[in-house]
Amino acid sequence: MAYPAAFKYTKDHEWIELAGNRGKVGITDFAQQQLGDVVYIELPDIGAAVKQGQSFGTIESVKAVSELYAPVSGKVVEVNQALKDKPETINKEPHASWMVVLELSDPAEASALLDNTKYETLLK
Amino acid sequence: MEQATAAPLKKTPLNSRHRASGARMVAFGGWDMPVEYSGISEEHMAVRTRAGLFDVSHMGEIEIAGKDALAAVQRISSNDASKLAVGQAQYSGLLTPEGTFVDDLLVYRLAPSHFMLVVNASHIQTDYAWIADHIAGMGDAVAVDASSRYALLAVQGPAALAILQPLTGIELATLKYYRFAHGEVANVRGTVSRTGYTGEDGFEIFVPPQSADRVWLAILQAGQAAGILPCGLGARDTLRLEAAMRLHGNDIDDTTTALEAGLDWVVGWNKPGFVGAEALRAERARGSRRRLVGFEMTDRGIARQGYEVYVRGEKVGRVTSGTQTPFLKKAIGMAYVPAELAADGTDLAIDIRGRQTAARIVPMPFYKRGKT
Repeated sequence: MAYPAAFKYTKDHEWIELAGNRGKVGITDFAQQQLGDVVYIELPDIGAAVKQGQSFGTIESVKAVSELYAPVSGKVVEVNQALKDKPETINKEPHASWMVVLELSDPAEASALLDNTKYETLLK
Repeated sequence: MEQATAAPLKKTPLNSRHRASGARMVAFGGWDMPVEYSGISEEHMAVRTRAGLFDVSHMGEIEIAGKDALAAVQRISSNDASKLAVGQAQYSGLLTPEGTFVDDLLVYRLAPSHFMLVVNASHIQTDYAWIADHIAGMGDAVAVDASSRYALLAVQGPAALAILQPLTGIELATLKYYRFAHGEVANVRGTVSRTGYTGEDGFEIFVPPQSADRVWLAILQAGQAAGILPCGLGARDTLRLEAAMRLHGNDIDDTTTALEAGLDWVVGWNKPGFVGAEALRAERARGSRRRLVGFEMTDRGIARQGYEVYVRGEKVGRVTSGTQTPFLKKAIGMAYVPAELAADGTDLAIDIRGRQTAARIVPMPFYKRGKT
């Protein structure tokens, strides 16, 4: 699966699609492959504050629990409730399965993120 | 019991086959094993609805033979082996003097004075040493670690019989549950037993290691039309959990007695002294302090091994096994709770990463297959 050039990426295998002062966040194809079948996700409430690099939720496969790390700091303004009921879509369409929308508190943080080429190099 | 420098992982005869097939491998009990092929959920569902094929060659086979073999087995194994016909197997325990588990196992009666004990992969050496120690001086009975002589494949699922029958001259329909027969499978001499660790109908096939690959491929090919899938340890664990089968190291170990574990049926109460007999009789007389129960989550959340269990605000134990299983699509698990709190329907709370999450004790097994 290709890694969209429109996304930015973290070392922890999250992606963020930035649009103005907001960003949609999900996990990459590599991450879902590593996890195996996703059976459960725990997402924050709307209004929750998140800090870059800190956990904002958990994602669970049959065998393991993994943390979700915020690519940038900010506030949760939308949560993908549908994903909580059908977490298996994350395996099927990882780059279309957004989990939260963040309102960035410090847009400068985005410069620390990787572009798709750098992320793909990381995976090699 | 990890060594200071990691010893190389042991490999079953099918190791290159698993790797060539793209299986995700994991270190398990000192072995390099496939955890999944196409995905745990898909493999689990294949076994529940069609068939799955497992490599369980890592399991150990310890043979006990000699004129006094039955007496020796009766001493070290908790169940009553004198009830076994030749060609019959039983589930049992190797117990400590306290009645707790050194290991759980299957005892096969190959001949009147020849038994095969199939033990867990991570305990082969310790089980063998324990057995040899306990049967020393018991007359004409010798224990041999014969694990290297056997590869073991398991075909499990409602379609298992139909898939396997064309490959063997053994009349599988007449092979009752927990019975076994010698014969050929895919033109390889071996032993087929109607046993398994999934809660489905199925067969476990013992063959020489050098023939394992051939039999593996033959079964996959024979089962292709029926939709058989190769399955790994991940699905093996979710399947056995739904069937409430205990896993040594999780639900049973050397701190849990056979009675606490709900396995009083593996105890040969009427047979003369076996290791653990006195302790178990005393426990049966006074009652167990705690019991292994099954539970399901009633709040959103998945309980996992090690999470703390609360009843009415008091910590009472820990989850021994737990996950969300693909067939039931529920988060289920097992835990030891005080005997007086072990009734079905009792409300529990499981601490999931700091949050008290509601659960309820339910009867086990969680899943039982329909009559075939």
